[in-house]
Amino acid sequence: MNSEAKKTLRRLVIAVPLMFAFGFALVPLYNVFCEVTGINGKVFQSDYEEELVIADGRPLGLQFISTNNENMPWIFKPSEDVMTISTGEYYTATFYVKNPTNKTMTAQAVPSVAPSNAAAHLKKLECFCFEQQELAPGEDALLPVRLLVSDELPENIKNIILSYTIFDVTEPDDETVAQVENEDHHGMEH
Amino acid sequence: MSAVIENHHEDHHHGPAKGFTRWLYTTNHKDIGTLYLWFSFAMFLIGGAMALVIRAELFQPGMQIVEPEFYNQMITLHGLIMIFGGVMPAFVGLANWLVPMMIGAPDMALPRMNNLSFWILPFAFFILLSSLFMEGGAPNFGWTFYAPLSTTYAPPSVTFFIFSVHIMGASSIMGAINVVVTIMNMRAPGVTLMKMPLFVWSWLITAYLLIAVMPVLAGAVTMMLMDIHFGTSFFNAAGGGDPVLFQHIFWFFGHPEVYIMILPAFGIVSHIIETFSRKQLFGYSSMVWAMLSIAILSFVVWAHHMFTVGLPLAAELFFMWATMLIAVPTGVKVFNWVATMFRGSLTFETPMLFAIAFVVLFTIGGLSGLMLAIVPADFQYHDTYFVVAHFHYVLVPGAIFSIMAAVYYWIPKWSGNMYDERLGKLHFWLSFIGVNVTFFPQHFIGLAGMPRRYPDYALQFADWNMVSSVGAFLFGVSQILFLFIVIKTVMGGKKATDQVWEGARGLEWTVASPAPYHTFTTPPKVD
Repeated sequence: MNSEAKKTLRRLVIAVPLMFAFGFALVPLYNVFCEVTGINGKVFQSDYEEELVIADGRPLGLQFISTNNENMPWIFKPSEDVMTISTGEYYTATFYVKNPTNKTMTAQAVPSVAPSNAAAHLKKLECFCFEQQELAPGEDALLPVRLLVSDELPENIKNIILSYTIFDVTEPDDETVAQVENEDHHGMEH
Repeated sequence: MSAVIENHHEDHHHGPAKGFTRWLYTTNHKDIGTLYLWFSFAMFLIGGAMALVIRAELFQPGMQIVEPEFYNQMITLHGLIMIFGGVMPAFVGLANWLVPMMIGAPDMALPRMNNLSFWILPFAFFILLSSLFMEGGAPNFGWTFYAPLSTTYAPPSVTFFIFSVHIMGASSIMGAINVVVTIMNMRAPGVTLMKMPLFVWSWLITAYLLIAVMPVLAGAVTMMLMDIHFGTSFFNAAGGGDPVLFQHIFWFFGHPEVYIMILPAFGIVSHIIETFSRKQLFGYSSMVWAMLSIAILSFVVWAHHMFTVGLPLAAELFFMWATMLIAVPTGVKVFNWVATMFRGSLTFETPMLFAIAFVVLFTIGGLSGLMLAIVPADFQYHDTYFVVAHFHYVLVPGAIFSIMAAVYYWIPKWSGNMYDERLGKLHFWLSFIGVNVTFFPQHFIGLAGMPRRYPDYALQFADWNMVSSVGAFLFGVSQILFLFIVIKTVMGGKKATDQVWEGARGLEWTVASPAPYHTFTTPPKVD
């Protein structure tokens, strides 16, 4: 093989791991893109911004939806289904959760906003979705979300839906794993 | 191919080794091309048998033959085997046979890597097919393996699926690197880029696409592997990941992939239409530019596969227009093929019949693609049989007809024997009728709302499904005839001349038929 061919070969062989890495780079690129444009209905934590607060905002409906993922046994529902709010004002909404099982469980709520072009104008000072929740057996709690809808929200949007899906993210400890395996084994014998 | 002794050459030219090790150790581009082609034929028959299981189940409404779980495994494996085992290796096989002969090179640039890239493929498909016998069954999440269906809800055999995709990817990447290095560095003096045969051009562009996107596919399955076994959350919403991200990464690979499966077909059809029209191809340079534009555009249209995931309006508009833009270079190509045939002295040997059917039926598939590109229409068509009809029209009478055309066109050069023209024409007409009876009705049931990927359907879809199944069995059985024709031709038949076809041009027609084991050990003179 001549030196020109070796050069072509070298370039192509370098291109392969670069494209492999590019595949992985799509993950942070996607998240940054969604954060900048706010198009994924994803809302990130924002700081208190004095200039967003105004006294004469326009009225807006804010609806809450709660969903349990798969077999998540927790009771999870908004304290109020609908709130009437004004743009440019901070509000606190709460969600009721209860762990009805007899073991300690950890949960993670994942938010989504519809319509998606409202997401960029929804500012969350704090949200239970920014961290995981751990509840002891039978324990319940009121989870707060403190938010403001900026007055820059497009005029045609009269209603915003804020939805949360709650996931079971309890780490399976050795005891429960052993239990599940035993049950499987037991089941097979029948 | 029979072993050929070149008695008019010096004694340092030797024929192939004897026995099985010839195929195991071979570094000869013609041997490896033959291996690829037979391998893809075997996969075509296995994937086809799975398609017939699907069509047998769909012959009537209600569950008749297989369990729904097994049906899901069949649709998944049918797609994976036909794409990665059927169409792609067939094109690599054709590239191996033809690219060195068309550019006047003695062999591929990297013959040992060539051997490796073929011989890892059987292992990949052995692993994939063995998952059928594993506990929990074979992968059942569709060939697009969307997360979390392929991660959280996947059968345990998904790990074997991931490993086999890694091997297929490695094979394709090595094959593609080989093609690029060969074409860029081993052309005979005088074969400039803009004098290269179009099949060589089409493969050069395809190889670049493969190098760009196969590693991204490898990345996607690696992320799945990590989500399943190493506790990461690339696609797991509970851990901060995003299932929609999977679709973006997958289709960033997946859309260029569909052009990987059609660009070499464009090259093949250009040669065949030119030969049997006995005219120079109309618009050579526009053909090259059209293929380049299609390849570049293929990187910016991926989200048209996911219009219904909730993309913002601006993105839907962008991907809609970008997709429609692809119709322009494709239209140029179809125009050029028709213009080449216009006022040519046409004859209709089997390769030409397949090539003309390609032009007509691929255009139908392209038009249904344009319909799917329209966002509001796609909301209605998404995941219906209309989509199934669309991509089978571009893949079966598109990619696969072009491969069959190529086999009929070049097999006299490969084997030294002419195929049986009467049987070839019979094979063509059975396939042509079979393909249309199978897939045309799927447009109707798709527009009427029948969703894809279900083993059962509502009663109003029964008639067209029955028609479609009958067509599928006709098409399937006629491929046994194809196998018979190929074996018969390899075993014997009327001897082919060196030029084979009256209108054939190009360096591969200047060597003897069958092509000697070594060709162009000294570069030919090209004006």
